[in-house]
Amino acid sequence: MNIFYLPRRDAITLAVFALVVLTMPVWLVPFGAAYPGLMQKFAIFAIFAVGYNVLFGLTGYLSFGHAAFLGVGSYTAVWTFKLMTMNVIPAMIFAVIVSGLFALAIGFVSLRRSGIYFSILTLAFAQMCYNLAYSVLTPITNGETALQLTMNDPRVLDLMFSERGAGLPSPSLLGQGMSGIEAFYVVAVVLLIAFYIAQKIFVSPFGMMLRAIKSNQTRMHYTGFNTRPYALTAFVISGMYAGLAGSLLAATDPLAGAERMQWTASGEVVLMTILGGVGTLIGPVIGAWLIKYFENIFSGFNDAMLHHTFSWLPQGAQDVVVAITSKFVGEGWQLSLGLIFVLVVVFLPGGVMEGIRRFSSLFRNRREPGPTGALKTSPAE
Amino acid sequence: MTLLKRGLTRRRVLQTGMAGIIGSGVAPLMFTKGAWAQEFCNNPTGDTVTLGFVMPLTGAYADEGADQQRAFLLAVEHLNGEGDGGLLPTFSSKALKGNGILGKKVAYVTGDDQTKSDAGRDAARRMIERDGAIMISGASSSGVAIAEQALCQEMGVIYMAGLTHSNDTTGKDKKRYGFRHFFNAYQSGTAIAPVLGEAYGKDRRAYHLTSDYTWGWTQEESIKNATEAMGWETVAAVRTPVGAGDFSQYITPVLNSGADVLILNHYGFDGVNSLTQAVQFGLRDRQANGKDFQIVLPLVSDLMAQGAGEAIKGIYGTANWDWQLDDAASGAFTRSFGAKYGQPPSQIAQTSYVQALLYADAVERAGTFYPPEVIKALEGFEFDGMGNGQTLYRAEDHQCLKEVLVVQGRENPSTTFDVLQTVQKVGRDVADYDASIFEGELGPYDAALCA
Amino acid sequence: METILAQLLNGLDKGGAYALIALGLTLVFGTLGVVNFAHGALFMLGAFCAVAFRQFITYETVTLDPTKLSPWGAPLEIKTPMAQIWFGDFGAVLINWSVPISILLAIPVMLVIGIVMERGLIKHFYKRAHMDQILVTFGLAIVLQEVVKAIFGANPISQPMPVELRGSADIGAMLGLTPGMVTYPIWRLIYFLFSASIIGAVFAFLRLTTFGMVVRAGMADRETVGILGINIDRRFTIMFGLAAVVAGLAGVMYTPLVPPNYHLGMDFLVLSFVVVVVGGMGSLPGAVAAGFLLGILQSFASMTEIKAIIPGIDQIIIYLVAVVILLVRPRGLLGRRGVMET
Repeated sequence: MNIFYLPRRDAITLAVFALVVLTMPVWLVPFGAAYPGLMQKFAIFAIFAVGYNVLFGLTGYLSFGHAAFLGVGSYTAVWTFKLMTMNVIPAMIFAVIVSGLFALAIGFVSLRRSGIYFSILTLAFAQMCYNLAYSVLTPITNGETALQLTMNDPRVLDLMFSERGAGLPSPSLLGQGMSGIEAFYVVAVVLLIAFYIAQKIFVSPFGMMLRAIKSNQTRMHYTGFNTRPYALTAFVISGMYAGLAGSLLAATDPLAGAERMQWTASGEVVLMTILGGVGTLIGPVIGAWLIKYFENIFSGFNDAMLHHTFSWLPQGAQDVVVAITSKFVGEGWQLSLGLIFVLVVVFLPGGVMEGIRRFSSLFRNRREPGPTGALKTSPAE
Repeated sequence: MTLLKRGLTRRRVLQTGMAGIIGSGVAPLMFTKGAWAQEFCNNPTGDTVTLGFVMPLTGAYADEGADQQRAFLLAVEHLNGEGDGGLLPTFSSKALKGNGILGKKVAYVTGDDQTKSDAGRDAARRMIERDGAIMISGASSSGVAIAEQALCQEMGVIYMAGLTHSNDTTGKDKKRYGFRHFFNAYQSGTAIAPVLGEAYGKDRRAYHLTSDYTWGWTQEESIKNATEAMGWETVAAVRTPVGAGDFSQYITPVLNSGADVLILNHYGFDGVNSLTQAVQFGLRDRQANGKDFQIVLPLVSDLMAQGAGEAIKGIYGTANWDWQLDDAASGAFTRSFGAKYGQPPSQIAQTSYVQALLYADAVERAGTFYPPEVIKALEGFEFDGMGNGQTLYRAEDHQCLKEVLVVQGRENPSTTFDVLQTVQKVGRDVADYDASIFEGELGPYDAALCA
Repeated sequence: METILAQLLNGLDKGGAYALIALGLTLVFGTLGVVNFAHGALFMLGAFCAVAFRQFITYETVTLDPTKLSPWGAPLEIKTPMAQIWFGDFGAVLINWSVPISILLAIPVMLVIGIVMERGLIKHFYKRAHMDQILVTFGLAIVLQEVVKAIFGANPISQPMPVELRGSADIGAMLGLTPGMVTYPIWRLIYFLFSASIIGAVFAFLRLTTFGMVVRAGMADRETVGILGINIDRRFTIMFGLAAVVAGLAGVMYTPLVPPNYHLGMDFLVLSFVVVVVGGMGSLPGAVAAGFLLGILQSFASMTEIKAIIPGIDQIIIYLVAVVILLVRPRGLLGRRGVMET
């Protein structure tokens, strides 16, 4: 039994997941999403959501402030680029450390409360971070203008070995340029590692402990367990995931804006997790992909495209249909998102993953008639 | 399957991982690389050429963004030879023939930057990577413009900035691939200070409220320097977050601060809100230091003036252009725009429209879309017939040098659009300045392969 | 002295808005036990009642005047509001006073919206965890704001206040200070008085009517009241409607201060939660006290003198207070012992 061991089921999941992620440039083509910028976002926000799920999915603590850690990760990464080196590895390491420290401080305070008070504490902290980054700490964050690389950054480590180039340097991985499709593969590999670690957490005794916190915290107290250190560890881990995602955002596009820390950005990762299926491993990833796809592709639909789609209808009907549907696509994509989200919370609390499970169990029931009660399992988590 | 039954060892994870990358990853990598094998980023090979327009359709500058979009669509129409041709006949360069750009029909994609740097860069990247845009234009916030300009430099795509008034855009953050037609805060300071001195006297105490980002900072600095040089004193300069909405908590301290002029370094909805709220607070009916209290809005647009309504009357500011100018080009553009949209164009519409035309013209004159050649065609380009008089695209910092207008809110508007009047046209020679007063470097010409 | 007085006034008018929104929020929590993230959206909907009313009465007919030309050569358009055609001078009065008049529209509309929201969606979430309530109402808030965006667009729509109420009043002179030192906009003073009277009305309703007494009894012990054969659920539904009306009215009156846009609700949501938490979940006097307290604190924190000592304090003061209160006294300033103390 070695430390890299995964149960068979998880190993298969990991293998399939790796295949799906690494073949993105192929299978995303028909969806019009196979361009590096979006695929990088798919991978980065999947990391964010997977990490968030370690906290929310396992312990049930609903944080509305995780975007703050994402932002801290981005700022740290850009500062590492500016001060030390354009290599992404130190940037990632520092981002994870710094965001972990932030998470430790905020988590330590916030976890003194639970339930809605915890949510509001995280919300308050995140808004403080955002407001400070947006307008007060401008020497560090460059505020609304966003922190960017400049020609005369010190970049101490890089300049020990090479001359200043003519243009702005761009992030690299061990001397290998990182842009476009290469950057996607780097991010994708990081995602796979992050996913693997999350899998390990889920099956570990620590993961069991977190689940116990979710199912009945009081009982845990009565049995003499102090749950707070466990919850805090989960909080810090998820904060580090967020920081990692933030550093990758900066690595693929070396700029850090305060907007990514706003509480609505924290709300977005909540949406991702719920939409995909909270407490499952794959769910948050699917949620992240759905939302990013909506945001980038669905939002680009305009009236002309709709008219084209519905051109088989008679003119009058076509206008009516286009007028109605145009409220839900293009600029109205968030309306569709909100509606789907409400429907999911009301009817499908387990998100897409529960939907798949229900659908497949329905299918199995049809195939093998008989005593099917046992097959109709409720969602595991 | 034995592999999976036994669980994964580290070595096996590496092995399978590598196999996965080799089996699935590299093949598409090579495939995509092949698709991009071209001499520069997004070289248009078909019979159309795609331009990317990024505007704030939501957020604090959304009003400006909407007008910007109208202007871009009009420019595309005229470039393709549709409509009345707009400024093509008045433009001093006759390279454009209304048959698209280099014979290719102009297509376009649009995106919303939400008045945020992150979102703007995302949209621009999508246009470059997915839609194959050869040029990006737009933005109505300097923060967004600088972020997009830096991206375009990396990607090797020319960026024709929309409304950006920060000194940094062509100052410390200037880029070889970025060009700005709009004027800047430094020029506003030079233009407005003498007018303010004449109207309000040389002995004034000013209080600044400033949008907390690059544009606000540089405008505050420029106006402060220009007014202090003629004898004004600056009492305080307070930073306010962009999109604050309610500015009352920042306006109340002005009342008893000992200041007798309030300078609002706000734009878009922020400017409208802070101005109307300041007027509601009775600042303009006030006496301070034995003088009438005054409010100045150093950068003002028609759209803001319409939004502010009564509050704008008599307020001084500067502008890049105004639809009521009486030269042939301004008239032609106003007719063309008005006929299509039923309202006159604002300054952002004019600068955006002109930027699109200037790019197209530079490509025609260069005879190629190859960015380094297009850049050289724009650098040092002298032109006229675009509504701003004789204009130079300065090679050293890619800033256009032209007239600056000092405007004032009209007391008795004849129509809802007649809100600003030009009180002085400050000549190009006065608005000119030495490019070297701002640091920053343009960077290399080399064309990147979509980075 | 004058400066402090001016900031105090500013704090009171800000606090008025906070208190009104928080009042409804805490009312819903106290009666129904629901954490309503869509409450900010109700404030926004109220504001858009005013917008819709004004758009309706200023709906214009366009006639062309071929004798005059616009600068682009089209016949000049003459726009006349329909209200003026129908009602003559009274129409003009209607338009001038559109914001206060739209209160009459907002009350029934918000009541219906509130009741439909409760019966249609939130009712199904009483038995579910607070987390699920937060999530579903958060989703609902997104839907509501996007619907408003689809109808009214993304841009703020300014709502002029009546001509008579523009300008400012010289509060300093009224209090015997030097004239002209402390002036304050009339509409903001009205906003403060308005919120104070709405708060008074809500308290009077709960204190002095039988209905209010039953509701208060239900808040204290829902089960016993239910056993006594009183249909407490229906009353609670009405209370939800009432909370929506209070939030909506706060929104209507707020429109002349800051032009409303679809995002207004989200901007106020975090703030209102902070206010409720500081005051104490479910405590009505707590929400009111905390609303005014935070408004005043925020206003004072914006003073140049304070910011010189602690830079940026104006941006974070409210959240800082919330964090401290939650850690030191989790039931809030005036919260009941035992309510949400963990």
